[in-house]
Amino acid sequence: MADDPLFGVHGNALALRSQRMAMLASNIANAATPNYKAKDFDFQKALAAASADNTSGDTGASLDSAVDGATGYRVPLQASLDGNTVELSTEQTLFAENAVQYRATLSFLQGRIGTVMTALKGE
Amino acid sequence: MANNFSVFDISGRAMSAQLVRLSTSASNLANAGSVATNKADAFRALKPVFKTIGGEQGTATVGVTQVVASQTEPTQRHDPNNPLADKDGNVWEAGVDSAAELVEMMETSRQYQNNVQVLQTAKSLTLDTLRLEK
Repeated sequence: MADDPLFGVHGNALALRSQRMAMLASNIANAATPNYKAKDFDFQKALAAASADNTSGDTGASLDSAVDGATGYRVPLQASLDGNTVELSTEQTLFAENAVQYRATLSFLQGRIGTVMTALKGE
Repeated sequence: MANNFSVFDISGRAMSAQLVRLSTSASNLANAGSVATNKADAFRALKPVFKTIGGEQGTATVGVTQVVASQTEPTQRHDPNNPLADKDGNVWEAGVDSAAELVEMMETSRQYQNNVQVLQTAKSLTLDTLRLEK
């Protein structure tokens, strides 16, 4: 997908944004679970790995391994007594940021599709 | 365990778990101040036990594994006029810390709201993705 001349990196980017949304949603869901350790992944690192590993042809598998390679535990600013490392302010900020970036990726895709549609219609 | 949770699964199940927590708080508050003749019969606050349910790719949701009675001891009170009083004129009042339950209730509702917010964002992004070709 990354080699696609029309969509560029945006296909991988959209899939990774969606995965990150699920990961951040998991952290928010477990805000009250004792001993839960918040996780996140480095988007830039995952996108670079996914874009480099596109020779196998199996986009799903390369995306999964890219996410796994870039995933880590969040270091809490202040440790809580029950061993939970979710800090809602951090998670909610990152969730909002990720949602905006997802929407940005969508509008890039929309632009590309619009261009092709205009060319096809020949109006 | 090869579960692949979507954002809808994650937040939906978390909302159910928070609802169980809200119900236990409600029943604890409802029983606050109730009395019994002996210590064993007195009401003790109920607490849900949350556990992470792990999925693939770093996703996880939450579930309630059990609801346990809390360690808060019922308090003995001298009230000889109470029809439930024992032969020494004492009754046992439910082991419920009302202030703590109210705080718990507020925290529960905030976390429920957070999950609703996540769900709304995920829904609108999914719908926008579906409309991509238009």
